[in-house]
Amino acid sequence: MGDHAPNLYRTPLSRARGFGAAKTGVNRFIAERATGIALVPLSLWAVYAGLRIAQGGYDGAVALLHSPVNAALAALLVGFSCAHMNMGMAVIVEDYIHKPATKVGLLLLSAGVCWLAGAIGVLSILKVAFSGVGAY
Amino acid sequence: MGDVRADAQQKARPRGPGSMPLSPHLQIWRWHVTMLASILTRATGVALYVGALIVVGLALSLALGPDAYGAYTAVLGSWLGKLVLFGLTVSIFYHLAAGLRHLAFDSGAGFQPKTADMTAVACIAFAVVASLGVWAAAIVAGVA
Repeated sequence: MGDHAPNLYRTPLSRARGFGAAKTGVNRFIAERATGIALVPLSLWAVYAGLRIAQGGYDGAVALLHSPVNAALAALLVGFSCAHMNMGMAVIVEDYIHKPATKVGLLLLSAGVCWLAGAIGVLSILKVAFSGVGAY
Repeated sequence: MGDVRADAQQKARPRGPGSMPLSPHLQIWRWHVTMLASILTRATGVALYVGALIVVGLALSLALGPDAYGAYTAVLGSWLGKLVLFGLTVSIFYHLAAGLRHLAFDSGAGFQPKTADMTAVACIAFAVVASLGVWAAAIVAGVA
């Protein structure tokens, strides 16, 4: 390429055209949407659970998570939320931050926050689900 | 003579690198409801990022015992806490509706300007109505 045409007026697109797809990124596109779809029922359940938790105090919240169905939904809510928000924040960082060191730093920071929050959230839920009231 | 005029025309509009015209600037972009919908999708996403951390904090306090849980829910139950929780409720419902709208976009549907305007307004209206409904129900039930 570029033997006869000077590069002065060529855009990056014209240089990229004809080389095929990037062969990567489809899994991320699908993961963004799959986690989003999972969060449709889970976030509606979260509103319901929030109302129930507001009603019952500490004992009510523990009793809610003592049900395996609620504990599973809560753990999935936290897990899918953290995965989804990690990808969402990555898109925002990649859109607005172009300095490589800052960009990579923020991506790693956000991933760290999301994985830590996800791990603490799921383990807290499982602990309450397995141990119940008074076992802290 | 012709060169001078071409030069003046060049100076009349902003030019980007490589002498290519710049896209319209933020300040001269016509306000539009689809633009608001797009901005709100991202803004509520960031709000929910913080909201998820608040929920994880709640789960952690629950696992730490009644004292920690009581202290945490006391903060959430303050007027500032309730304001944040109301904002999170709006964010959940808006981001949910906007997510479904974008799934339709991904399938190629809903790009007609009138349809896109209508669904943008519908997402905003749904978020407001559903949030007010949930909080009204919570207040009536005496939990908020």
